[in-house]
Amino acid sequence: MSMGTAIRTITTTPMLEYDFMRTAFMASGVAAVLAGTVGFFLVLRGQTFAGHALSHVGFTGATGAVLFGLSPLAGLVGFTFLSGIGMGLFGEKLAERDVAIGMMLSLARGLGLLFLHFYTTGATQAAALLFGNVLGVDESALATLALLSAGSLAALAWIVRPLIFASLQPELAEARGVPVRFVSTAFLAIVGVAVAECSQIVGILLVFTLMVGPAAAAQNLSRRLAGGVFLAAALALAEALGGLTLAFYTDWPTSFWITALSGLIYLASLAGRFRAR
Amino acid sequence: MSALSFDNVTIKLGGRDILSGASFDIKDGEFVGTLGPNGAGKTTLMRAALGLVPAASGAIAVLDRPVTRGNADIGYMPQTRLAVAGLRITGWDIVASAAIGGRFGFAGLDRATRREIDWALDEVGARELARRSIGELSGGERQLVLLSQALIGKPRLMMLDEPLISLDPAHQRSVVEIARRICDDLRIAILFSAHELNPLVNAIDRVLYLGGGQAVIGAVGDVVTGPVLSHLYGADIEVVHIKDRYFVMAGDVDVERDAHRHDEHGHGHSHDHDDAHA
Repeated sequence: MSMGTAIRTITTTPMLEYDFMRTAFMASGVAAVLAGTVGFFLVLRGQTFAGHALSHVGFTGATGAVLFGLSPLAGLVGFTFLSGIGMGLFGEKLAERDVAIGMMLSLARGLGLLFLHFYTTGATQAAALLFGNVLGVDESALATLALLSAGSLAALAWIVRPLIFASLQPELAEARGVPVRFVSTAFLAIVGVAVAECSQIVGILLVFTLMVGPAAAAQNLSRRLAGGVFLAAALALAEALGGLTLAFYTDWPTSFWITALSGLIYLASLAGRFRAR
Repeated sequence: MSALSFDNVTIKLGGRDILSGASFDIKDGEFVGTLGPNGAGKTTLMRAALGLVPAASGAIAVLDRPVTRGNADIGYMPQTRLAVAGLRITGWDIVASAAIGGRFGFAGLDRATRREIDWALDEVGARELARRSIGELSGGERQLVLLSQALIGKPRLMMLDEPLISLDPAHQRSVVEIARRICDDLRIAILFSAHELNPLVNAIDRVLYLGGGQAVIGAVGDVVTGPVLSHLYGADIEVVHIKDRYFVMAGDVDVERDAHRHDEHGHGHSHDHDDAHA
């Protein structure tokens, strides 16, 4: 504690006194709730690979947008949203889908590499895309994130009943007249938006930490569907806000803290799962 | 009134005739067992009645009306049900998700739906089982929980696709008994496909035998005979009938037994089959 005095004088100002921290908290919260909720269904459907691929497509979209003088967020959301639809319309069998997603992923990476090659504004912005920069979110970006989150959650709420049915028992759902292809395409479009939001907070490479970590932990801890969805959203929210707080007091990267919390909570959920059995 | 009728129906899948000019009629409230060799069209027949597979020619009627997709008068249990086997979600939630999953829009479960789910689970004796996570149940227990779903919506026709597959004899017997009781108590016609006749032979009213694109329906003693089955299989078939048991033989091979070998592992220790304990 002897060396702590200097640090203390810097950090005694409550973090919420800072505008950028308030914005960062709200942005993380908005993105985390969407990521946790959408992630629950992504894990339930066994489509985490699709979420992974979409984040890489998002990188291409963002670098491409900057190259053509557009906002990276617009490029990110636009690209992941359209790719989600494309993926949904592609193969319906799992084997086909894996190949389709793999092809899309490598194509997107190749293009992203090309854009990066022409992208001369330096490595900082690329690093922000890859690892997230929640402290750099401004008010207008926050408004966009909030709007996208609200829209995505509303769309998800509208498809949630057939989505769960088609995820758990696809053949029965089809027989009962559920438009399975439409539901899965709409869902992947929503995943696209969630991935884009998430990469604003933790970066493209770490999207899994908010989308898959809390959802997988929730499915270990809850045997109920509704309870699981709320738990996934709550865990994602706690991890994002907790990570931001820890980052403020340690000056370590936010994304690191979020991944650390996500990993710890997942491990704890595994322990809880085994004890429950 | 007929529950399901096929009139001179031809169904082609991938350039092959699954059914060619098949005709049969299942009466209201009747319990019919569907048998036939692999690929004879047992599943396709059900999918056609559900409107998932089109008929190339002929007419299919469900309760005297033309086929429609998502027909609420049909309760259906598809054959591939492995997707839910690894889940930790309770059986009740899975049944509920199917009960309300047909419609768009956000809404919780209302009281009437909850009651119907409990009623359906009670009918198959799975109310207690449904409290547990579906992945913890044995194959036979899980089958009962999933079977309850076919009752939701008060159907007039139930189509069960191979519900006995991979079950041990005790569970086979209870599934057949439950189906018979549903048929009698609720006056629901049942089409029940199986690859072996013997577990069904005392429960069913009639048998629908498929083979070579044709369908023959009738009493077990009239249909499961050497001449009829030889015609359907397109091969020399002999039927050995001992008391209540039938053995369908081609040469010296028991064709029903050898066509399917799906013995499930781990029945004896159903509650500790996947994860380690802490």
